[in-house]
Amino acid sequence: METDKTEIAFTTAGLTKVYGEGSATVHALRGVDLQIPQGELVVLLGASGSGKSTLLNILGGLDQPSSGQVSFFEQNLSRMDDADLTLYRRDHIGFVFQFYNLMPSLTARENVELVTEIAENPLSPEEALALVGLSERMDHFPAQLSGGEQQRVAIARAVAKQPRVLFCDEPTGALDSTSGRQVMEVLQQVNRELATTVVIITHAATIAGMADRVIHFADGQIRKIDLNDQKTLAQNLVW
Amino acid sequence: MRMLTGLSPLDRKLLRDLWRMKGQALAIALVIALGVLMLVMMNGLVRSLEDTRTAYYERHRLAQVFAPLQRAPQSLLARVAVLEGVTAVAGRVTGSALINIHGQPLPLSAQAVSLPDRGEARLNDIYLTSGRRPDPSHEDEIILLQDFAKAHGLKSGDPLSATMHGARRTFRIVGLAQAPEFLYSAAPGEFVPDDARFAVIWMSQSALAAVYDMNGAFNQLLLGTSADSSLPAILDRVDTLLEPYGGLGAYGLADHVSNRFIEEEISGLRVSSRTVPPVFLAVAAFLLNIVISRMIQSEREQIGLLKAFGYRDIEITLHYLKFILVIAVGGALIGCLLGVISGRSLAQVYQSYYKFPFLLFQVDPMTFLIGVLVSILAAAAGGMVVLQSVFRLTPAVAMQPPAPADYSRSAALASFLKRFLDQPGRMVARRLLRQPGRAAGGVIGIAAGMSLAVAMLNVMSAFDRTLELSFSLIDRSDLSVSFVEPLSDKVLYELQSIDGVIEVEPVRTVAVLFSNGQHSYRGAITGLPPAVRLNRALDVRQQTIPMRAEGVVLGAALADILQVKPGDMLSLDVREGRQPQLQVPVTGVADTLIGSPAYMALDSLNRVLREPNRVSGAYLRIDSAKQDTIYRQIKALPAIAGVSLKQEAREAFQTLIDTSAGAVRYLMAAIAGVITFGIVYNSARIAFAERARDLASLRVIGFTRGETAFVLLAELGIITLLALPLGGLFGYFLVFAISEGFSTDLYRVSAVFVPQSYGIAALAVIIAALLSGWLVKRDIDRIDLVSALKVRE
Ligand SMILES: Nc1ncnc2c1ncn2[C@@H]1O[C@H](COP(=O)(O)OP(=O)(O)O)[C@@H](O)[C@H]1O
Ligand SMILES: [Mg+2]
Repeated sequence: METDKTEIAFTTAGLTKVYGEGSATVHALRGVDLQIPQGELVVLLGASGSGKSTLLNILGGLDQPSSGQVSFFEQNLSRMDDADLTLYRRDHIGFVFQFYNLMPSLTARENVELVTEIAENPLSPEEALALVGLSERMDHFPAQLSGGEQQRVAIARAVAKQPRVLFCDEPTGALDSTSGRQVMEVLQQVNRELATTVVIITHAATIAGMADRVIHFADGQIRKIDLNDQKTLAQNLVW
Repeated sequence: MRMLTGLSPLDRKLLRDLWRMKGQALAIALVIALGVLMLVMMNGLVRSLEDTRTAYYERHRLAQVFAPLQRAPQSLLARVAVLEGVTAVAGRVTGSALINIHGQPLPLSAQAVSLPDRGEARLNDIYLTSGRRPDPSHEDEIILLQDFAKAHGLKSGDPLSATMHGARRTFRIVGLAQAPEFLYSAAPGEFVPDDARFAVIWMSQSALAAVYDMNGAFNQLLLGTSADSSLPAILDRVDTLLEPYGGLGAYGLADHVSNRFIEEEISGLRVSSRTVPPVFLAVAAFLLNIVISRMIQSEREQIGLLKAFGYRDIEITLHYLKFILVIAVGGALIGCLLGVISGRSLAQVYQSYYKFPFLLFQVDPMTFLIGVLVSILAAAAGGMVVLQSVFRLTPAVAMQPPAPADYSRSAALASFLKRFLDQPGRMVARRLLRQPGRAAGGVIGIAAGMSLAVAMLNVMSAFDRTLELSFSLIDRSDLSVSFVEPLSDKVLYELQSIDGVIEVEPVRTVAVLFSNGQHSYRGAITGLPPAVRLNRALDVRQQTIPMRAEGVVLGAALADILQVKPGDMLSLDVREGRQPQLQVPVTGVADTLIGSPAYMALDSLNRVLREPNRVSGAYLRIDSAKQDTIYRQIKALPAIAGVSLKQEAREAFQTLIDTSAGAVRYLMAAIAGVITFGIVYNSARIAFAERARDLASLRVIGFTRGETAFVLLAELGIITLLALPLGGLFGYFLVFAISEGFSTDLYRVSAVFVPQSYGIAALAVIIAALLSGWLVKRDIDRIDLVSALKVRE
């Protein structure tokens, strides 16, 4: 687990994000300086509205910062245009969202194929779904799956292309504790077995127990970073 | 579903989405199909009629030049044959005849035409449908025009009694025929063809010459010309050559009555094939545009997701383009198919109406291509615009469900709304105010559909109004008679003295060639007595057209052809009697309903002709109780060329507008109705698709089914109501464009305002809205609350 910590995946400097104009201006990020080493499981904690999703979207190449620098290894994300960002996402990044965001008209397997189709060196959809324990339900449509199962399909879809980084925005936000724990187990497993950097947004502080690094976020800024030597297994998390 | 393996996941999504939206996809495809149907059918008809006419003319060697004359010896033909540009020459005998058919109270007009004694005619040959050609050694053998024979149940072997050259004779029918020069055949003094009341009798040259004292002579010259020859030059030379023989003026095929009629009908059809289908297609394209753009709008989350995975804009665009293409191309292909089917069946109507021996319905492949391309472009354009706006969003934003719409804009209205509306009512009002653009799209879409219906209904009523005006307001007589040649007006007293004749009104029509510089037109001048009562000159507003003591008043269409306006001088080459050349001033131009008339005061006409007190026909009002004896006495009068009963003429006209170009209007009205329904139904469906989640939420928090449905249907209702006046307005303008297309030289469909058509169209829209509302309401009632909330669509 204590892999080569000298390799830094993400570096940000003075990152800000401003939404809207005039009286409606919102400063979602107010200068974020951060380093995320490759291979860690990072948890981003903070109140709703503190800017977590905004940061994650920028790191994931879904959005551009208003100012400041952000880089992924030696690639400078803040200088990339839309086409480069698309390639960046396609090659390196997996996403898991709070509301699963599966295509309702595709089966579990087909939802995963959506990603393996365009990936360089993907797992097979079957492998990916086996990884999240859904081998039995591959041909079900999203409407036929529980929330936890849908989220596991979403994780399978995200890891299938073997991304270097997996971003999860409140992956358990819509789940009960049992399903939530299962999802966390899967994420931990991905981090360990595939050596994927995993960044999880949550406001459930207990989840922090399984992280290498916990970033406390408030008001668009980092308040505190805790490093965790005694990581809990996800299955032992108290919800 | 097994079949789907092998397809990419996006293609599988495409197929499943299509299947899920099959109802709506089909409705859109049908609207496109109908637009394309119109295009294919109309263009196909025009082309087929043109091709058929040309082939028929060529096959039977229709002459390019016709020259009537008094009498010329056969030897003259050799001199004509050497004229430059002339490739074939024929001289034949023609004459007018009256046919007496047992049981018919009035004699029927006929034209007698000679055929060579041996072999086929070099020019203007016939198409023998049954029997054989007459044997010149049997002078009583004739061939009869097939459609006349059919109308009276006559067949080969039957006798036929006819009056020719003043003497009554009995003939024997040996064959039935059609001919390209009699595609359109109307009795003298009438312009509406009627199979039962006009006949053509073909006889061998020697037999007919004997009847009309034309042995060794001819009174009609026919010419075939080479393609590169100059028609005016040939006409000039022929006129000069025929001058000593009482030439009545040579004219080209373009001025031949039958050809002119067919050409008019075809060009009328051509104009409407260029005006109407584009309008239908444009409406279909517009609808498609709205529907597709809203459909893609509702997919923005999924588009955001695809972008988050790293799909490129172009890949996503292609995915939706395929979706659009399936619907557009599917619709267009259905349209092509239906267009061919309906074109085929209409072609049959046209064939029997125009008496073509054959009519092949053929569509120019370009037409198919245009139909498909227009559909694709319209659909793709709609999709592209929205995709662009979705792509402009960052994937993060695109993927968020659209932020709850900001209703604060309507805050000022809040207190007002609160006072007058309950909660669901306020939701409806706010949504309409919040997205005025979307509401406007819906209103315009429905209005466009309604305008089609208004226009088609209006044109239909305009046809009927033309008929009504022509035969009740303009012509108030019961019957009209025409004479073989102009007679002294003493004949009026003779007619007046018949027991039961209430009123007699003279008329004089003179065949002339109108010309103004380059522009010319072969037509007739109608001389009317002062204070006409029976056959009136009325304009489209039903006002009497005022007539001066001097000069001629032209119908607007004719003035247009001749490029003259009041005050200009017009030259007239009279084509009868002494054939004087006259110059008369144009004293007025009037918008008329029927034909391209030219009116003069009867006195003034006779004066310029130097033939005082002449009449060529008369309009009669009679006591219907005594009609049988009146008919008998009229029949006995000498010099009668034809008698026409208004009732019969009216029926013939009705048949004309119902079966020819006018027949298309019924189809168009039906299609306009279907398109209107398609638009309204689509609007309802999309509104439902966009709001299914919201509606489910309403149900979850305790709204009743009725209240939930109200939120959606009230919106549809308001949009529909707003569309009604707008649709009326669009329709009003469309009427002008379309009625112009339906007008021909023979009758004009005026762009009159027919309130009923607006009412009926509005009613159709309302019914379509109710029906669509009901269909959608069933779906609202069936919303699966759990799944609607579980799956984010
Ligand atoms: N697209 C947007 N437009 C305007 N404001 C936004 C937008 N997205 C986020 N915000 C605002 O930015 C702030 C941070 O949002 P977000 O990053 O989503 O917070 P978190 O994920 O920590 O709950 C919030 O105040 C939110 O209202
Ligand atoms: Mg968030």
